[in-house]
Amino acid sequence: MLKNNTKAVTAEETRPDQAQQQIAIATDGWGTHIRAAIVSTIALVAILCGAYPLIVWGISQAIFPHNANGSLVYSADGKTVIGSELLSQAFAGEQYFHPRPSAAGSGHDPSSSGGTNLGPTSDKLLNGIADDPATADTDESYAGIKHLSEAYRKTNGLAVDAIVPADAVTRSASGVDPHISPANAKLQAARVGRSRGLSEADVLLIVEANTDRASFGFLGEPGVNVFMLNLALDRVKQ
Amino acid sequence: MTPNGWFQLALYLGVLLLLARPLGVYMAAVYEGVPSRWRRPGEVVERWMYRLCGVDPAEQMTWTRYAYGVLMFSVVSFLAVYLIQRCQALLPLNPQQLAAVTADSSFNTAISFMTNTNWQGYGGEVTMSYLSQMLALTVQNFVSAAVGMAVLVALIRGFRQTGTTGLGNFWVDLTRGTLYILLPLSFILALVLVSQGVVQTFSAYQTVPLMEAATTADGKTITEQTLPLGPAASQIAIKQLGTNGGGFYNVNSAHPFENPTPLSNFLQVLSILLIAAGLCHTFGVMVKDSRQGWALLAAMLVVFVPLTVGCALLEQQGTPQLAALGADLTASNLHPGGNMEGKETRFGIANSALWATATTAASNGSVNAMHDSFTPLGGLIPMWLMQLGEVIFGGAGSGLYGMVMFAIVTVFIAGLMVGRTPEYLGKKIEAYEMKMASIAILAPCAMVLVGTAIALMCTGGKATIFNPAVHGFSEVLYAVSSASNNNGSAVAGLGANTPFYNTLLGVAMLIGRFLTMLPVLAIAGSLSQKKHVPASAGTLPTHTPLFVVLVVAIVIIVGALNFFPALALGPIVEHLQMRA
Amino acid sequence: MATQSKSIFSADLIVPAIKVSFVKLNPVHLWKNPVIFVTEVGAFLTTIDLIRTMATGGAASFPLQITLWLWFTVLFANFAEAMAEGRGKAQADSLRRSRTKSVANKLDTASGTTKLVAAESLRKGDLVVVTAGELIPADGEVIEGAATVNESAITGESAPVIREAGGDRSAVTGGTTVLSDRIKIRVTANPGESFMDRMIGLIEGAKRQKTPNEIALSILLSALTIVFLVVVITLKPLAVYTGPDVSAALTVTVLVSLLVCLIPTTIGGLLSAIGIAGIDRMVQKNVLAMSGRAVEAAGDVDVLLLDKTGTITLGNRQAVEFVPAPGVDERQLADAAQLSSLADETPEGRSIVVLAKEKYGIRGREVHELPNAQFVPFTAQTRMSGIDLDGRQIRKGAADSVRQHVGGKFPAPIEQSVMEISSKGGTPLVVADGDRVLGVVYLKDIVKGGLPDRFKRFRAMGIRTVMITGDNQLTAAAIAREAGVDDFLAQAKPEDKMALIRKEQAAGHLVAMTGDGTNDAPALAQADVGVAMNTGTQAAKEAGNMVDLDSNPTKLIEVVEIGKQLLMTRGALTTFSIANDVAKYFAIIPAMFAVAYAASPDQPGPLSALNVMGLGTAQSAILSAVIFNALIIIALIPLALRGVRFRAVAAASILRRNLLIYGLGGLLLPFPGIKVIDLIVNALGLV
Repeated sequence: MLKNNTKAVTAEETRPDQAQQQIAIATDGWGTHIRAAIVSTIALVAILCGAYPLIVWGISQAIFPHNANGSLVYSADGKTVIGSELLSQAFAGEQYFHPRPSAAGSGHDPSSSGGTNLGPTSDKLLNGIADDPATADTDESYAGIKHLSEAYRKTNGLAVDAIVPADAVTRSASGVDPHISPANAKLQAARVGRSRGLSEADVLLIVEANTDRASFGFLGEPGVNVFMLNLALDRVKQ
Repeated sequence: MTPNGWFQLALYLGVLLLLARPLGVYMAAVYEGVPSRWRRPGEVVERWMYRLCGVDPAEQMTWTRYAYGVLMFSVVSFLAVYLIQRCQALLPLNPQQLAAVTADSSFNTAISFMTNTNWQGYGGEVTMSYLSQMLALTVQNFVSAAVGMAVLVALIRGFRQTGTTGLGNFWVDLTRGTLYILLPLSFILALVLVSQGVVQTFSAYQTVPLMEAATTADGKTITEQTLPLGPAASQIAIKQLGTNGGGFYNVNSAHPFENPTPLSNFLQVLSILLIAAGLCHTFGVMVKDSRQGWALLAAMLVVFVPLTVGCALLEQQGTPQLAALGADLTASNLHPGGNMEGKETRFGIANSALWATATTAASNGSVNAMHDSFTPLGGLIPMWLMQLGEVIFGGAGSGLYGMVMFAIVTVFIAGLMVGRTPEYLGKKIEAYEMKMASIAILAPCAMVLVGTAIALMCTGGKATIFNPAVHGFSEVLYAVSSASNNNGSAVAGLGANTPFYNTLLGVAMLIGRFLTMLPVLAIAGSLSQKKHVPASAGTLPTHTPLFVVLVVAIVIIVGALNFFPALALGPIVEHLQMRA
Repeated sequence: MATQSKSIFSADLIVPAIKVSFVKLNPVHLWKNPVIFVTEVGAFLTTIDLIRTMATGGAASFPLQITLWLWFTVLFANFAEAMAEGRGKAQADSLRRSRTKSVANKLDTASGTTKLVAAESLRKGDLVVVTAGELIPADGEVIEGAATVNESAITGESAPVIREAGGDRSAVTGGTTVLSDRIKIRVTANPGESFMDRMIGLIEGAKRQKTPNEIALSILLSALTIVFLVVVITLKPLAVYTGPDVSAALTVTVLVSLLVCLIPTTIGGLLSAIGIAGIDRMVQKNVLAMSGRAVEAAGDVDVLLLDKTGTITLGNRQAVEFVPAPGVDERQLADAAQLSSLADETPEGRSIVVLAKEKYGIRGREVHELPNAQFVPFTAQTRMSGIDLDGRQIRKGAADSVRQHVGGKFPAPIEQSVMEISSKGGTPLVVADGDRVLGVVYLKDIVKGGLPDRFKRFRAMGIRTVMITGDNQLTAAAIAREAGVDDFLAQAKPEDKMALIRKEQAAGHLVAMTGDGTNDAPALAQADVGVAMNTGTQAAKEAGNMVDLDSNPTKLIEVVEIGKQLLMTRGALTTFSIANDVAKYFAIIPAMFAVAYAASPDQPGPLSALNVMGLGTAQSAILSAVIFNALIIIALIPLALRGVRFRAVAAASILRRNLLIYGLGGLLLPFPGIKVIDLIVNALGLV
């Protein structure tokens, strides 16, 4: 149609400036890109994997050496590393506060961190698995929340139908959650006191001293650092 | 939830919105090449890099050439990551003497990091040497994010320019984004994280004696604990900021060495959304109408906030099963209550739910709690956020360009309703744009469904589903959704480090990345040549609350229509069963 | 082609449309409409499933009903298209009827004789002679003579029009009748290519191509169709994993039902009908759009160039006042003015005669009563007209010309009157006797009624109106103010018009204009919507992309409204169609998965909780959704053909309104709709 033809002509007429502009725009394909891709990758590796972590490392080691190296806790003589402030250890003894149940490795293994990854309705998670008597040499048993809560009540001398804090019977995400809730610690205090010959009030004082409050009073949840608490208890005894 | 829990959510949003604006303006200045005293030292490095690379920084690239640059760079990245993993046993900085990573796992991981997904089929501590983590993964954490941001900037230029085909220079955008945005932010964040206890050391793993020897379930006695160390802080900073999410340790930011305190948690979860929120403002600034940026940010928030609140409430509510077993689910100042399975005490319910929604809203994928153990509907929310196409904040750059694709579709439908052929930001949306936007939006959707179907049909797919029945179904759906939308978070109940899943999810990640990125660049190329139509009272305004509601409606309807049947067979039926 | 708006569902349209609906089942035809094509393939699959079920002796009632309704869905979509086409065809037929086989007097240029030939044998360039009472055999251009022509066949206007050689009224259209005189015509179109032929083709939809926006929308709809195809196909493996009972419930029939309910069949079925109806609505306004693209562009127009004369003002100015010079009697001025206008047959001239008679009782003398009078006609050089009578030289003309004529100077009061009249938007005509200025005649432009209000509404919609006039700046400004246009271009030459269009387009605006003259042709071609007047030249008609058969320039406004309405209808029905899916999900998903994870086969599974509508049974739920999906197409045909209600308000409020009706309505309506159908289905015991 005439209309369209006219349009095409006028469109060209009005755009000579743009046509010139486009000369500067390269349109070829891969060309220089291959070199740029390889060289920039290498250069960025040097900056991002070399300079960047090294500088962060250097400054960290200079300003926060304790924090940068794993917040390590040393033995009383200061010679051996006995753990990290940030990681839980397995405690099962009467005289210790018990951390949350763990699914990391064979339990509280920070180098094999992990949760149960079981769904909330999973029968295995809730009711566990009993050992299969047919296979004597292997233990298929798995402690469900049912067993964990029963065991928790029994250990701490609670009624069989006592309500227990959720964190006491659920496994943490990392498996090395250093904290238990203050409510959880409170329920364990009597037992620990009894076995150590300390009054519950004294134990609770030490618990209080090892409770990490929410940052600035509002960030996060309060938690009792089990490893540091038990360490403090042991040192009190000494 | 306690009042303090609500306060933390509100504080988070407040700080995020407060920081996003200045950061967005700064990023716009970086990409516009506005000179600044602060960046003078970087400019030396920049010039030096261009010379080495043989790049003329003044060169303007057409969309195809820009796309070639993206692809070429991605191919080189893939090869580099792949080869380093395959050869890690022969390379230095491997104090744990870890063996070479398998071929399928290397393939999956290389794609995963190159596509900004950071899906990790492997456990960090037991698979990757320090060198692999640093050389292969850290660098990808930066550049995969920078590539996404570069493509976004190219798209913005497409909207802004008229009658030209040049969209800027990929190498310049890549370099500037890395050097002036990601690197400084990471540097600051890394140092703050170290101050909180995130490790940054080159020492080998440390073995310590246990205070009390432990007996495992199978009767073995354990007397030692191995503390995994490493240069974690520098990597964690960028994995949060660059919406990568690939953790240094297996449980990612749930690990106390990776995320030790509530403050470190706050900063990390803030970092997840910070750049994505800031880019909305960058968008507004660069198209010279800051209201447009606010509108897209508002649309994201309108979806994000209710889902976060919903997730927190559902997790706090826990499950009837937990209550029946005597667990106290009511929060108080003494304990967090709720569904604490797979959650850390120091974060509690509010921060775990916030992280879960933030990490899936953005295509970050890092976790501070185990999504697999979330309540069915609490877990549906993160999964659905991914299935929405990672446009609610989304990946660095990729989230916003995905959102712009939705805005284009919205404008198309709504624009017709006001009696004009549709236009967005003054550019006519025509058949070509619709074709490309449809591909960009629907390719990941289709991949999720097809991938899930394939996994559920094949023995290879069904073999490693550890949770049976409904929950196993949800896990597969979650994994494929995560990969197809370049999120990378996982419900670890699925054994995904198998040749089957490594291959399937690898392909899904490729499709999720490039079948959105290339159409976006094509649209940028087409728009940049179009005339700018001035706005009038007859133009559909794209900065009003009404438009925000409309974009949200389209995002949600597309997400709901595509995934309702699958979600019904997964989390929804699981929820109904649980409540039955 | 004066077509009255036919009632949408008249029997003579419906019956053929039903027939055509079946013809259109041909997959080759349906292939062009992917959504409906997929529906047809689905219907085909359920048919096979039905046959298989019947062969194996299974319960066939449910698959039979689903299959029937799926075929109905396809037929309903075809019917919508057929209805729209039928209405177009009816109009085309009435056009064609006017083109009874005619003969022509072909002129042999060599011999100068004429020969009787069939009209179809005429070719471009042939010369024909048409005399009073004959049909003009083909489109052409008058090259000799002048004649009155009855063009009611195409315009519906019974008043005859003048067609004459040269100038802007030389085009004639085949099929019209010469009423008087004899004209020689050069044929400008080969048979089948004439203006009429093309119009008929367009109206019938034979040459209808998808418009750019329609293509873009089709792409979106196809993409949705593809992704829902993926949803439905992948559902089977998901169900297989879930359990054998769920998998068994997902028969081909059930899956196809879900697919058809999800894909946007409503808009898919009505899309082409909406487009055809848009052109059709133009035709009803007696505007012929050369393409669907032009109708679409009309919706986008945001600058209207309106010629002052004929569009904004009534074509003619009227004398309303005589302003005498000092010392001149008003009656004297009136008399002189009347004398000078006696031979002036222009409306302005006649209005002076009338005014003088009405105001001062000066009888308009007949020209033959003044044997000594010498009339001086208006020429482009003098730009004055007048009369030489008994030694008097009475002249009237524009102020500039008369000023020159009288020696370069007016008395001050005259200058002032001239200024005043100009600034009021009037045209001052100065009357001089010899070199004595008698006074000024105030000619007033009469602005058409209702325009300011109309322009105000346009402004609200973001459309700017620009008045084009040859008047001077002052006059133009005053009329612009009175008419309420946003802008004006005074003392405009055709080149100025062209430059203005280019300027607006360079700023990204879409421009619409009307025109009729040959010198308008380039501007008509340049404008995004160029409406040529049917009385205009062939060149103008070829250059524009619409032709107004009524030659009423004000209609530009309606053209824009129809364009907008077309796009609105398309958007509204798309929104409605997509919003419908939510309810259909809530009908079908619980039904499909009712057995999933059920405690026992006779108990409903947990997903039955999603059956928020409380639908009777799984089968009735699915059937109800399918029936609703089919019926909604039929229910919306009138809306598709009529278009959604148009209101000239700002985009934001249009959007709010349409979203409420078609978005929210589309979301909610299917819930009661499906529920009611389900109640009926259950009451009748259909499944």
